[in-house]
Parts: sequence; C-alpha cells; structure tokens
Amino acid sequence: MAISFERALSVHSQALGVRSQRAEILAANLANTDTPGYLARDLDFKTTLASLQGQESPLRATHAVHLQPDGHTPGQLLYRTPTQMSLDGNSVEEEQEKSAFSDNALRYQASLRFMGNRVQGLLSAIRGE
Amino acid sequence: MSLFRVFDISGSALYAQSVRLNTTASNMANADSASSSINSTYRARHPVFAAQLAEADNEASGVNVLGIVESNAPLRQEYRPNHPLANQNGYVNMPNVNQVEEMADMISASRSYQSNVEVLNTSKQMLMRTLALGD
Repeated sequence: MAISFERALSVHSQALGVRSQRAEILAANLANTDTPGYLARDLDFKTTLASLQGQESPLRATHAVHLQPDGHTPGQLLYRTPTQMSLDGNSVEEEQEKSAFSDNALRYQASLRFMGNRVQGLLSAIRGE
Repeated sequence: MSLFRVFDISGSALYAQSVRLNTTASNMANADSASSSINSTYRARHPVFAAQLAEADNEASGVNVLGIVESNAPLRQEYRPNHPLANQNGYVNMPNVNQVEEMADMISASRSYQSNVEVLNTSKQMLMRTLALGD
C-alpha cells in the first residue's frame, strides 16, 4: 500500500498556502495604515481554497469573463468596505486588520497542527510501533 | 512561501515609521530655534508616505518614504527686542512647529511601529512552527 502524501495532507497544505497569502495582504494593510489614498485589501478564503481544490463554483462559467454570483473570481484581491473613511482617502481600520491578522494566524497554526498530527500518524505507521 | 514577504512589508513600515519619528524628534528639538532671517529659519518637516508599486495587481505592497517636505505654514514672529538675533523692529523669527500636532504624530507613529513589530513577531512564530512541523 502506497502512502499518498498528497492525499494525506492536501486540504491543510493548500489551506496553509492561502492563509500565508492572506497574512501577507493583511500585513500590507497594517504597514500602510498611514499611507494617504491606500485602500485596504483582503482575500476571500473560502472561494480561493475551493478553487485550489478544483471545486466548481455554483454557476458554471463557459467563458473567462463570466461573472460569479459573488461578483468576483476566486483568488482575486478584494477591497474592504470601511465603516469610516478617513479624510486622506485611506481605508485601513487598524483594529479590524489586527483582529483579522491574529484570527488568520490562529487558523494557520490550527491547520499546521492538523498537518503535524497527520505527519506523526504517518510516522508511527511507518515505524510500526 | 509568501510569509517571508511579510518581513519585507512590515520592515518597510518599520523604516517609514522610524523616519516619521525622526522628523518628529527633529521638529520638537528645533521648536524654539530662533533665527534672524526668514530663509534660514527652521521649518517643520514631515515625511510623505506612498504604497510601494506592486508588480501585479494581485500583490500586497509595503510602504515607501517618497521624501521629506518642509511645512508651508507661516513662521512665528516673536517680539523680543533684547534677543541677539532680533531685527531692527525687535522681532525674532521662530519655527512653524506645532508642538501639539507633533506630539499626536509621535504617538501615532509609535503605535504604528508597535503594531508592525507585532505582525513581524506573529509571522516569525508562524514560520517557526512551520519549520517544527511533525516534531
């Protein structure tokens, strides 16, 4: 019986990729809290991960520019809607970005823990202990 | 691995905020530097921030300090006839530094610096845990 690493780890390794990409975007938002005219961006985790897993979106698109119900294509960076726009045109709200960043970091570590347990499971299977 | 880019992004923000802190320190230090001529009077300095140009639209970007500009606000004229730098009317030119604004700016800069350091620390932890995967 062959061990398929791909199958054993796939969801979590892909989730980690999307999580780290999101961490980068949120870090950029936090870095630009004082940049005039900067618009805060974010990634839709669900649609991005679903597209990585090859799941088809609810509406079948037969052409590249067909719109999805959410109004965006997976993996595309979206703009955050601020609750209070600042005068210099900056739409970063630090508290929101901070909480999103720590939430993202926590979920990254959760995925990591799941993946680590899978690796340990495989290791003990290999050792036959 | 895009987590490594967080170091570039947050690092650029740390640099930008430290430039801002430096200009604030310079402004506060020179708030009372008197001068006899208008041209040689110290003027409040402020950095100009801009987002770094991303190579693709779908990319996160750090901060750039485009430059440091001097404030155009009118200089303070103080009547001090006994001052060695006073002109024939007895007035001395004082910098246009607004100390209240500078203090608020300083607090904002130090808060931004702190939150970027936290982002760096969290990302470092995430990477360290990733390195220790399966232990």
